[in-house]
Amino acid sequence: MTRNRADLDRRTVLKGAAAGAAATIFAPNIVAAQSKVVRIGMPTILSGRVAQLGTSSRNAIQMEVEKINAAGGLAGRQIEMVIRDSKGQPQEAARVARELVNSDGCEILLDAEASSGSFAVQEVAKDLGVLVMHTNSETSSLTADPKIRIPLAFRSCRQGIHDAVVSGAYAAEIAKAKKINRWGTCSPDYAYGRDNTQLFVEYLKHFYPQAEVTTEAWPKLFQPDYTEVITRVLQSKPQALYSALWGGDLTSWVDQANIYALFSQMEVFAINMADYTVLTAVKNLPKGIHSATRYIKTYPNTKANAAWGDEYRARFKEYPTNWSWENWVGIHFIAEGAKKANSADGKKIAEAMRGLKIDCPFGADGTVTMRAEDQTVINYAIGWGATISGEPYVPEVTGANWDTILQLEAEWKKRNNYT
Amino acid sequence: MNLAALTDCLTSASCLVTQTTSGLIIGMLLFLVAAGLTLIFGVLKVVNFTHGSFYMLGAYLALTVNGLTGSYFLAVLAAAAGVAAFAFVFERFFMSKVYGSNVLMQLLVCYAFILILDDAVKIIWGPEFKSMGMASAFQQPPIFIAGGIIPVFYLFLIIVTLIISVALWLIITRTRFGTVVRAAAVNPSMVSALGINTGLVYSGVFVLGGMLAGLAGGLAAPVRSLTAGMGFSILIESFIVTVIGGMGSIAGALLGSVLIGLVRSFGSIGFPLFVEGLMFLLMAVILILKPSGLLGKEG
Repeated sequence: MTRNRADLDRRTVLKGAAAGAAATIFAPNIVAAQSKVVRIGMPTILSGRVAQLGTSSRNAIQMEVEKINAAGGLAGRQIEMVIRDSKGQPQEAARVARELVNSDGCEILLDAEASSGSFAVQEVAKDLGVLVMHTNSETSSLTADPKIRIPLAFRSCRQGIHDAVVSGAYAAEIAKAKKINRWGTCSPDYAYGRDNTQLFVEYLKHFYPQAEVTTEAWPKLFQPDYTEVITRVLQSKPQALYSALWGGDLTSWVDQANIYALFSQMEVFAINMADYTVLTAVKNLPKGIHSATRYIKTYPNTKANAAWGDEYRARFKEYPTNWSWENWVGIHFIAEGAKKANSADGKKIAEAMRGLKIDCPFGADGTVTMRAEDQTVINYAIGWGATISGEPYVPEVTGANWDTILQLEAEWKKRNNYT
Repeated sequence: MNLAALTDCLTSASCLVTQTTSGLIIGMLLFLVAAGLTLIFGVLKVVNFTHGSFYMLGAYLALTVNGLTGSYFLAVLAAAAGVAAFAFVFERFFMSKVYGSNVLMQLLVCYAFILILDDAVKIIWGPEFKSMGMASAFQQPPIFIAGGIIPVFYLFLIIVTLIISVALWLIITRTRFGTVVRAAAVNPSMVSALGINTGLVYSGVFVLGGMLAGLAGGLAAPVRSLTAGMGFSILIESFIVTVIGGMGSIAGALLGSVLIGLVRSFGSIGFPLFVEGLMFLLMAVILILKPSGLLGKEG
């Protein structure tokens, strides 16, 4: 049997088509590697119950990347963000992170996940050897625990141990002044709620040893009805109550506690209250709830912070969240690291970021530092104050003492064998 | 476990008043949702998994109408009417097509609508949670009875729900519609043979059930955070209530709701870390002792 011309022609055509297809498939990565663009992959939560946090992270990043690109990008290469939804699921965050690097050609990961997702992304970054900036995970062990920490992973957000020291110190001052010894707690029954509350109580007692927790309530996450929890707290009559509830759960709880006049019967410390998401959602915000500053444009009370809050609001028709400023810090550390290293290479940026101090609207003194020893940000503005029902929501903020935070953090690390 | 605290509570008038009313309010709102669920099951023999979404839709409709009119009363009416209208369309064009099908097909239709309604809520009202706020009429200090605390709004909710329960009982037991519904639940073929349009009866029952869920969503909206997917947790508790009370029994749903409310309320004092577990334990014990539920019919 002989091959006729038609067969040969068809084979040639098929080979040509295959070569063309291969070129099409592999071309983007080749082009990306050679082009001036540097792709940064961003897994975050864009759907589900806490989607607003992911959306506000994306908004902040888009706003800042435009500015960084206008100023020359990363060592002359323009940043192209590739943003994907993880749906708040750790396994999806890991899958998306891997895909961002392997398929989308991302050279750096900006991990805007909650803690559960961040640990999964950290494993991917370790496996693939890419620079990762965790912008929202507040779980201290992510960077404090040497068994988890990796050289290419950094953190640009607040963390639990810092918050706990500041919260304990602030609450203790009020407890001393008002002789508040009997405390209750009401926090969501999962890892964050338990860890956060346990650390708060630890540092409250450190600063005010007379404090005693007489009631603990652990409503489940996303519980719709807090009636039995509220009445239980009221029955035990604590002088003060600490809560790590957050988001929609916190607004529900405030609305329901309000009609029991709970806020007039005890001092309430709700660490996650002072975020615009919650402050603007609660229609009848009680006066005098103590809260840490998550993000408010009046703390730190600087022109730079207020201007950024206003710029964000003008563009997105809502205020930024706690996650927004943390992403600002993450992307600007990468940009400043690239400038210092004069390179967009992840490993060189990582080297340049260790110990780097940058100007920042959210810094306690206008700057924040990427601490070299555990690659986590310190010196960010953090404080506590009492709410009022309208703007500026928390008119007077007691700022944190970073010397105290760092000293107690060092002791905490020692106790946990993290040194 | 803190049995001493529970004993103290049971011997203290203030604690008894507070915990009993809090148990009643938890139960009453649950009853409105569970009553619709059990009514639909009793007559149509369909487990309406979209019932939680009806509750969610009611809450969001109330939010919008409250925002437009500033009237909580109109908001609740709109929630009930809006969800009733939606339930009618849903039943006529979708659920009625799968009445004779297997449970899996019914589940599939319901689940599809849970997803569709959740996404519709996100598109229309946004993905972030919303809070409706308390009507000014209820923004007043709680009432103190024997040292116990009763919020005015919750007192209102308990009274309204009791009125609705009585009205529902009268409709089912004392009206022609109720007689037909009860007959259709027992022998739909005979009802049809007597010249009654059973399709219309089914539709009416579905609309009534949906309306109750919408009403519950509207009534609860001032003290709930509104998010897409908020109907899921209330659906689970409503199932527990219907199983405890007996599938298809409205009186059983009322009894089950109040029981669950009181178990949650007093359980949080005596067994603060096992409140959820207590609910399921109660359900398990009742299922073992009386598999058809407290007021359910055997077989």
